[in-house]
Amino acid sequence: MASFDEMRPGGAGTRQPYAGYDSWFQNQDPARLKEKMLDAESVFRKTGITFAVYGEAEAAERLIPFDIIPRIISGSEWRRLTQGIEQRVQALNAFLDDIYHRQEIIRSGRLPKHLIAGNEAFLPEMIGVRPPSGVYTHIIGVDIVRTGENEFFVLEDNARTPSGVSYMLENRETMMQLFPELFQKIKVRPVEDYPQLLRQSLSMVAPEPAKGAPTVAVLTPGIYNSAYFEHAFLADQMGVELVEGHDLRVIDGHVAMRTTQGYKRIDVLYRRVDDSFLDPLTFRPDSTLGVPGIMDVYRAGNITLANAPGTGIADDKAIYSYMPEIIEFYTGRKAILGNIPTWRCSEPDSLKYVIEHLEELVVKEVHGSGGYGMLVGPAASKKERDLFASKLKANPANYIAQPTLALSTCPILTEAGLAPRHVDLRPFVLMSDRITIVPGGLTRVALKEGSLVVNSSQGGGTKDTWVLDDW
Amino acid sequence: MLLGRTANDLYWMSRYIERAENMARLVDAGLRLALTRTESASDEWSSVVASAGAKAAYEARYSSYTAEAVGDFLLRDSTYPSSVISCIEAGRSNARMVRTALTRENWESINETWMAFKTLLAPEIDQRELPSILDQIKRQTALIRGAFHGTMLRNEIFDFAQLGIYVERADNTARILDVKYYVLLPSLSWVGSSLDNYQWESILRSVSAHRSYRWVYEADYKPRNIAHFLILNRRMPRSLAFCYRMIAEGLELLAEDYGERHTCHDTLDEIRRQLAPDSIDQIFENGLHEFLSHFIRCNNRFGEEVAEDYRFF
Repeated sequence: MASFDEMRPGGAGTRQPYAGYDSWFQNQDPARLKEKMLDAESVFRKTGITFAVYGEAEAAERLIPFDIIPRIISGSEWRRLTQGIEQRVQALNAFLDDIYHRQEIIRSGRLPKHLIAGNEAFLPEMIGVRPPSGVYTHIIGVDIVRTGENEFFVLEDNARTPSGVSYMLENRETMMQLFPELFQKIKVRPVEDYPQLLRQSLSMVAPEPAKGAPTVAVLTPGIYNSAYFEHAFLADQMGVELVEGHDLRVIDGHVAMRTTQGYKRIDVLYRRVDDSFLDPLTFRPDSTLGVPGIMDVYRAGNITLANAPGTGIADDKAIYSYMPEIIEFYTGRKAILGNIPTWRCSEPDSLKYVIEHLEELVVKEVHGSGGYGMLVGPAASKKERDLFASKLKANPANYIAQPTLALSTCPILTEAGLAPRHVDLRPFVLMSDRITIVPGGLTRVALKEGSLVVNSSQGGGTKDTWVLDDW
Repeated sequence: MLLGRTANDLYWMSRYIERAENMARLVDAGLRLALTRTESASDEWSSVVASAGAKAAYEARYSSYTAEAVGDFLLRDSTYPSSVISCIEAGRSNARMVRTALTRENWESINETWMAFKTLLAPEIDQRELPSILDQIKRQTALIRGAFHGTMLRNEIFDFAQLGIYVERADNTARILDVKYYVLLPSLSWVGSSLDNYQWESILRSVSAHRSYRWVYEADYKPRNIAHFLILNRRMPRSLAFCYRMIAEGLELLAEDYGERHTCHDTLDEIRRQLAPDSIDQIFENGLHEFLSHFIRCNNRFGEEVAEDYRFF
């Protein structure tokens, strides 16, 4: 299956967004670029941009490989993407508000009731709770893949606590240090103001009674969390405190942090602790990462939690296949950005199609993850497919099917020069009384030739993502 | 506004980094003395370990005092919490928790030092390399100090880190003196034998003061002057009086900024009274050892009071 290359599709000429970069690149000495690659690594090591890998004592702090060839998106491509993302995020937020209140979408018959009622990601504790300013998803990462010149699809929504934004910022910082001349030559839209935008966005949704400038803090599970670097980085860049559960206490109906001058009230908590650890009195009683009683403060409207508890229901795999319907239901318009076509085997027509086309499809369990209980049609034998077909017929509601996608590629710099590798893109979206999308995002790249796996835990790397200021 | 936990991490970050440097300096002084007085080398190494406050931990691991064992123990034994490698590990981990409070230069100097020490101290120490290893340790910690003093805003963050530095340093200087106090006692010798001279020089060397001593006092080493230099001289950066001058500066600013005084402020005043500039004869009269062990206890208590008064926990 031929993949769309974003720099030189079909091995032919250079696409317009890459023209400026390519003309610069052609004049570079390959030996100098290799040196820059090493420079980049030492910059990352020195600043301590690492991620922890659980259970590996020696490699406890690893670097995510960084590739120095930028991934470039034109201004007009970006405009189309952001329209689609905005619409999607609006719909997700409306969906959450509805699902924890009147559940109109279920009453109208657009979404089967069992998808919510039997779903672990649905938090009954949130029923009837309206977060300050009605915002559930303050920060969303929307994972996007591309398959052609005009084909963009949403792979998944990350509505809980999306990570990776610190890499977006540090990747840019590193590129500007390594290639200052490039940024003079090519107009790239800035991403540096993300932390200020985040702080503004969080301040705007503080609870009503907050007088003066609200106090914002970032709640981290602590230094051993794999994303600790990012938590510290964001708190630093926003100029707010980085707190842990044991720094906080509920005092007089408010959440307060222990300072050198006594306890001080917090209005907005950007929490990077999962729902289930947030409050041992409401969720997991064994949690030491949260704050006992914080959910009572939340329900009383005295603190803003970003994101709101219970947003996981919006990025659930079973819900994903209904996103086109969800978007249409709440925005009254068709989705601008497509889902990856998904067949729900619970529907007889879909089941029939899936069984007839097993050799082209990937079939997944609705609640499965990590590739278990999955059939990759094109790679399976006839016998395996037949066996799977009978499992499908026995319990169709347990499965969904999707086509195998030819993800687009971008070149990376290898020993032998440029070589195409598959990429995806995670733009970061902020929501308060408005929606803000920083022009850029995290491009993850599969470093192994032919691989489609971009995850950093499995040999994926990152690239700086440029949105051109060209329209 | 500063989290109590952050103040705690800043304080301990500084203490550990200061301790790493002091360890290297102690080993350096021991090495020097052992080189010049080979017949009693084992005694010298044993007093180095005692000055480090590590006698029990050392003797649980080794049966005799040798340059190799002491160097290995104080520099690179990760099971001993005050070895250079453990100190930098702990200090860096404290720093990592308060990255948001540090300047980029300061954090990078600590992180770089941590990386450098891990490489430097991973292999067993070749005795021929020991002087150069000690040199590199001192140079790295000087880099951290430079980045800290050169770039940090003089706010509460600075004050708590500064408190850690000087509480640790005062403890270190007091212990060095206390281990060797008997060589400073007047009854032993007012006129130094060559043995005494080595011992005195070693004391000064372990606080990097063997040259500056001569700028302040006469060229000959005299126990009373050495004691005065290390305890009461306000311009000697490792003396007890100097440490408490710096501590007082930070603590007074905190009291001003926060608008409140605590128990630790009273203890501070009490300690400073003990360090009056003209009290050296009084100190010898009441007993140098008694003075030093009392000081060490007060210094510890002061550290605990700071932790409590400023809600470290």
